[in-house]
Amino acid sequence: MTTRTISFRQAINEAMRLEMRRDPKVILMGEDVAGGATLPHIEGEGKDSWGGPLGVSLGLSPEFGRSRVLDTPISESGFIGAAVGAASTGLRPIAELMFVDFLGVCFDQIFNQAAKLRYMFGGKAQVPMVLRTMIGAGARAAAQHSECLYSIFVHIPGLKSVIPSTPYDAKGLLSSAIRDNDPVVFFEHKVLYDIEGEVPEDNYTIPLGVADVKREGKDLTIATVGRMVHISLEAAEKLAKDGVDVEVVDLRSLSPMDEDTILTSVKKTHRLAVVDEDFPRCSLATDVVALVADKAFDYLDAPPKRITAPHTPVPFSPVLEDTFIPSADTIVSTAQSLMA
Amino acid sequence: MAFSKKEIRGIYATMRKIRMFEDKIAQLFAEGKLGGFAHLYAGEEAIAVGVCVNLKGNDFITSTHRGHGHCIAKGVDINSMMAEVYGKATGACKGKGGSMHIADLDKGMLGANGIVGAGGPLACGAALTAKTLGTGQVTVCFFGDGAAEQGTMHESMNLAGSWKLPVVFVCENNGYAESTPWGYHCAAKSISDRGVAYDMPGLTVDGTDFFAISEAAEEAIGRARKGEGPSLVECRGFRYYGHFEGDNLSYFTEEEQARNRARDPIENFKKRVLERKLLSEKNFSEIDLEMAKMIEEAVKFAEESPWPDAEDILKDVYVSYPS
Repeated sequence: MTTRTISFRQAINEAMRLEMRRDPKVILMGEDVAGGATLPHIEGEGKDSWGGPLGVSLGLSPEFGRSRVLDTPISESGFIGAAVGAASTGLRPIAELMFVDFLGVCFDQIFNQAAKLRYMFGGKAQVPMVLRTMIGAGARAAAQHSECLYSIFVHIPGLKSVIPSTPYDAKGLLSSAIRDNDPVVFFEHKVLYDIEGEVPEDNYTIPLGVADVKREGKDLTIATVGRMVHISLEAAEKLAKDGVDVEVVDLRSLSPMDEDTILTSVKKTHRLAVVDEDFPRCSLATDVVALVADKAFDYLDAPPKRITAPHTPVPFSPVLEDTFIPSADTIVSTAQSLMA
Repeated sequence: MAFSKKEIRGIYATMRKIRMFEDKIAQLFAEGKLGGFAHLYAGEEAIAVGVCVNLKGNDFITSTHRGHGHCIAKGVDINSMMAEVYGKATGACKGKGGSMHIADLDKGMLGANGIVGAGGPLACGAALTAKTLGTGQVTVCFFGDGAAEQGTMHESMNLAGSWKLPVVFVCENNGYAESTPWGYHCAAKSISDRGVAYDMPGLTVDGTDFFAISEAAEEAIGRARKGEGPSLVECRGFRYYGHFEGDNLSYFTEEEQARNRARDPIENFKKRVLERKLLSEKNFSEIDLEMAKMIEEAVKFAEESPWPDAEDILKDVYVSYPS
């Protein structure tokens, strides 16, 4: 398979493009996913405008047409609920919730409808949809456009949650999510859109629920996800200079979660830190620590640590926001305390 | 009246089946044989049947918490419904859903729904499927006067109007959102007037008049099927029972109940059919007996059916979920 270097944004675009070519039942719907609907100089000439708020779906509307790339009114309840209805009657919609923080206006569609229809109906329904949504701090976007909130979704039975950290993973995981027969929430960290990496040109899938060891090490396991994979790798390089050999486990998928890879790593390193950009309470961090306490307690040589954002809304001021985001320095000092 | 004798017979039988099903559920609740929440449809039969008689088997409907009537009108098997209300393994949803979540996707019945106003977006989605795949199917969204005040319904009607989706919004205005009267909870004097806001025809009809409902539905469904977009039909009627079984009904007056009984949709239908001599009293009695027998059989089926296995609790959360 020919590979080349493309961005995280392009990898997501490519996954959607190839899956839409592969299956005519795949559609994309959301606010401004094409942009400029009905305007003579945009739609009239077969073009798109924004192609998504950050250009992730640019070019899809010109290729697949406005009937498969649907700009929606700003009605998240309406169109995400419509995606659920469309999924349960034969389409495979990708719905875009522009920022995960907008969850508040459409949560019913996600947790009472998408997540529950199959179970409530005794297995007679399938809801094969993907909810793509943008997460994360670091863009000076303030409290209502910067959260992660993936822990809320992981809490809900019936949903799957996937968070890629690299262009390669983004493409393969999104292809899997689109082909999956359950509702999958696909979280895209806005700070990662411009990172680049090697990605095959062709279609490929990465199974959901399989973690990836991004760096092997023998002294400490860092379990993490999304942008924090990169911060953790940066910390690991610093720690290597001090002789601390860190293993970075990129969970990639939080529901289902690859417990075996976490436990195998902890049994090898005997130490655990979870690095999580989400809020600390009832979170990925607490979940993984509980898992290890339950199933690998006797292997631990030090208390498991949680490195998370603080229990506060995301602040705007650069000084405050940078304090909010877990940093490589914090990871380094926590790791050093665990090794002492 | 464009219906054949056979059709008239079927329409009456379906309305009677709904009434008897609901009366039976009320009785079983009173006897302590059923638990949980049940919201009964008795009094509104002409709406579900008047609309669904104009639908094809593969057309879709979305329903409400008061969904038994919609299920029966769309052809869902009452044995599986009764077993579901009992929570038995043979239920329409294998006992996982109960009264509030009965669904039968094979019949185009996309589920009763415990969230008021949730059907609107789902109906738009089913209609989007039909439009995208060019199947010609129509989706009817049943919703109550209470749901009319939910944002989801406004968003859905706007989305359907904006995308010209093949949806018919049927508002079952039974006068009360739980115990709160429509005159209080609705700022306007008509729900169907809202059609103007979403570029769709809006019409109010008597929710106890099967023929008026059927005529309005036929036109709206035809319009949707031709690709001319959505419509809104408001049916003004009443319900005999409370919001749920266990409701103290203190908001209903005796006078109001008497007024409702005097405009019973099934008696209204029967009277008009008798006037036209399409069926006789004897025909009606025969159907009543036949329906009563079916209801008794459904109860027997439900009571004799096995409970789900405890291990089934983990089944059907996902299509697949690696552990």
